[in-house]
Amino acid sequence: MNKVGRSEVRVDGFDKASGRTKYYEDRIPAGALYVRIKHAEIAHAMVRSIDTSTAEAIPGVVKVLTCFDVPDLPFPTAGHPWSMDPGHQDVADRHLLNRHVRYWGDDVAVVIAENEVAANQGVRALKVEYDPLPFVLDVQKAMEPGAPQLHERFPGNILKHTDLRKGDYQAAIREPGLIKVEGWYDTPTVQHCHIENHGCFAYEENGRIVVVSSTQIPHIIRRVVGQALGRPWADIEIIKPYIGGGFGNKQDALYEPLCAWCTTQVGGRCVRLDCSREETFVSNRVRHAIRFHIVTWLRKDGVIAARKVECFSNQGAYASHGHSIVAKAMGSFPQHYPCDNMECDAWTVFTNRPAAGAMRGYGMPQASFADESNIEDCARALGMDSYEFRKKNIMPQGFHDGFSGNTNYYDSYRQCMAKGAAYIDYERKKKEFSHDTGDIRRGIGVATFWYNTAVYPISLETSSNRMQLNLDGTVTFQCGETEIGQGADTAYAQMVAEAVGLKSYRDVHVKSCQDTDITPTGLGAYASRQTYVAGFSIRQTADILRGKILERACQETRQAVGNMDIVDGMIVRKNDDAPLMSLKELAMTAQYDPVHSQHITAESTYTIRNNAYSFGCTFAEVEVDIPLCKVTVKNIVNVHDCGKLINPALAEAQVHGGMSMAIGYGLSEQLIFDEKTGKPLNGNLLDYKLSTFMDHPHLEAEFVENAEPTSPFGTKALGEPPACSGAPAIRNAILDATGVAIDRTPINPHVLFAEFTKAGLIHDDWREEE
Amino acid sequence: MSQYKLIHCNINGKDVEKMVDVRASLTDMLRNEYHLTSVKKGCEVGECGACNVLINGEAFNSCIYLAVWAEGKRIRTLEGLMSPDGELSDIQQAFIDETAIQCGFCTPGFIMTAAEILESGKLYTDDELRKLLSGHLCRCTGYENIFRAVKKTMYRRLGKEIDF
Repeated sequence: MNKVGRSEVRVDGFDKASGRTKYYEDRIPAGALYVRIKHAEIAHAMVRSIDTSTAEAIPGVVKVLTCFDVPDLPFPTAGHPWSMDPGHQDVADRHLLNRHVRYWGDDVAVVIAENEVAANQGVRALKVEYDPLPFVLDVQKAMEPGAPQLHERFPGNILKHTDLRKGDYQAAIREPGLIKVEGWYDTPTVQHCHIENHGCFAYEENGRIVVVSSTQIPHIIRRVVGQALGRPWADIEIIKPYIGGGFGNKQDALYEPLCAWCTTQVGGRCVRLDCSREETFVSNRVRHAIRFHIVTWLRKDGVIAARKVECFSNQGAYASHGHSIVAKAMGSFPQHYPCDNMECDAWTVFTNRPAAGAMRGYGMPQASFADESNIEDCARALGMDSYEFRKKNIMPQGFHDGFSGNTNYYDSYRQCMAKGAAYIDYERKKKEFSHDTGDIRRGIGVATFWYNTAVYPISLETSSNRMQLNLDGTVTFQCGETEIGQGADTAYAQMVAEAVGLKSYRDVHVKSCQDTDITPTGLGAYASRQTYVAGFSIRQTADILRGKILERACQETRQAVGNMDIVDGMIVRKNDDAPLMSLKELAMTAQYDPVHSQHITAESTYTIRNNAYSFGCTFAEVEVDIPLCKVTVKNIVNVHDCGKLINPALAEAQVHGGMSMAIGYGLSEQLIFDEKTGKPLNGNLLDYKLSTFMDHPHLEAEFVENAEPTSPFGTKALGEPPACSGAPAIRNAILDATGVAIDRTPINPHVLFAEFTKAGLIHDDWREEE
Repeated sequence: MSQYKLIHCNINGKDVEKMVDVRASLTDMLRNEYHLTSVKKGCEVGECGACNVLINGEAFNSCIYLAVWAEGKRIRTLEGLMSPDGELSDIQQAFIDETAIQCGFCTPGFIMTAAEILESGKLYTDDELRKLLSGHLCRCTGYENIFRAVKKTMYRRLGKEIDF
């Protein structure tokens, strides 16, 4: 029976349900010293001096280290694979602590103490003197001449500018009779809000440094810690235990380098560095706020004649993942709604805000919001139905992208939309809701997205794993693609059981904890890559393991290798299905052979040189209370084509989480900054409006299972896609209900009040009387 | 004022006592003194619900409950739900079966609130259930399967047919 395609329960379910799963903080040895960071309380400045004397006098304080003590070794933090091409390496703009403060919350000093209280008191006792500098928060203001400058190496604050050109936009727009649809679309700064904050602890062992961290990318962290400390990379051992979510924030070197350095400053004693929730909001990473300017030129028959797209990405203070996010966002436009004439530009710009990095969707939630808002406006400008306009213009079956090598093998978009429309009862409700004229109005919105699977050809795609045949016939499996909550370990167990020929996925013991000294090198969890890329190396290693098993079985059974198979944990003769011996018997016989003892293992690396389009859509139904400026999502469905599902129940659960994130992105979430000081105002879970149990309707997740031809298991990206199209679907539903197009998220009551007032839907009687 | 105080309480059915820092939270005491690491820290200011435990049968964020207030109280953590022979309780099993667990970090807090809901013996409406569970934040699940797990277990315990 197939081991993939089944809704098996998670391999880590029992431990997580019983509370015995160990996260980094549960593994900190007693007696570890506490590291607490002094964060700058100014948006842009040079540190003139830090008076540490009061802090050092506090009982329990062991050491105070400041920005004047750190090595001058700039390092990059992005969780990208290293590139041997210097032109393709990440920007090294970080120090362990900073003399040049570039945002409110930047790290200027640390206090290391015997206990938490002393560490916190020590931080409060530090007296930092600054030479203030002017600051800038807005992405386009940062591009203006005379704007405050953040990095000497990047004049004008431009980290990077790239463009895409297709056809001749300028000539195309001169065609007579075109309809112009133009808009500016703004997306906010949001945070990942995994429930486990990032933290780590570090100690020295035999002259090397061990760091146990809540990270998605242990092998990459080893390299970055080595770079930051100027140590050979193999001097660093990173251990990644279970982690409480990541969503991209932990696809970055956060505080591992600083923590590793701290242990070297206290004689190798164990030090712990735990981020508070408030630090997680401001001093980790955030999602890029991207502003888009889109001009679309339409023919009357609904064909898109030309399109111009400008993207302004707010990088914040440090490069982190940098331009790759907006480059991906921009790159989505020519493929999403292909047209002959396109002019696209993207800028990534430094500002005095928290550093933006990877977050679930990597530019696509932003792009999808802008693109699908504009496309909706186009449909309405033509008087065409939203769904029909998309069906007409969206990427057709057979579309091929030369750069990624991706092909739209099926008609996935139209299949997904048909399923979504059927679930939401699109046509009937559209008609019914169009009669709403009162204070409460209902509407339906649709939005779509596409997503690449993994990062080929932009970066290296490699996956390694090891399989060990145990004496009871089970297999122990290790790989570098990490479990971060998404269920990767369970998918691996199912794929390994299938590829080797075991009886059950329970016969695969996945070593969830990565240790860079032991685990085969992998790149970690990001880019919705794990199941796809691990699939290649699992198939390959399983073939090697099967070869070794069958060779040994040939010795033991005298049957030809080619005439045997492994089925449900048994070695069988192919011609008559006769069971020859179990894997347990084989493993025992091989291991305890007094003359030719054999420990049967296999290990291999696969370099993936493929990518795969993942597709999907959201249909949302909203009810808008106009006087209250309140939006209620009544009904919402996501439909995904992520290829064949390895585990349908886990896939569905992952979609729910992404939909929830998208609802927050559309309606409530944003990190707000004080214009006068640059101070973040709501960096906590009370004031930052994360969706709660009360904010969702039922979340419907559906699939179109078109097998991905490049994948050994027919699978492709699902991790990030669910977070992409929800916000624009809600925006378009509000437009459908009220006639008001809102070109920014979150669409909260403050925004609605202003927009509804402008549209004449509400009148502020109180103010008028005044 | 002495910085430490001897605190007697009952944790997961066992009478215990320890000297506790008077400034410590109940989260600190349970994690550091009793190694009950199911009690998670997500915010330490009562926003996220990850540290939720039952105190005399009632759900509390243990991060904003002082350890010294635990004197004489009956405290239950997720570790206490499992039977002595290692059998999971129905609600724990439901979280597994309904795919209500992903990263697992909010899970212990959620299950303890679910335990309080279930032990009330009441049949709650969907809206009531959502409100009762809304003190917990989760970023992985969208709450969808958590809702199913709790609702299904509530119906099963009351011997009623489920209506989904």
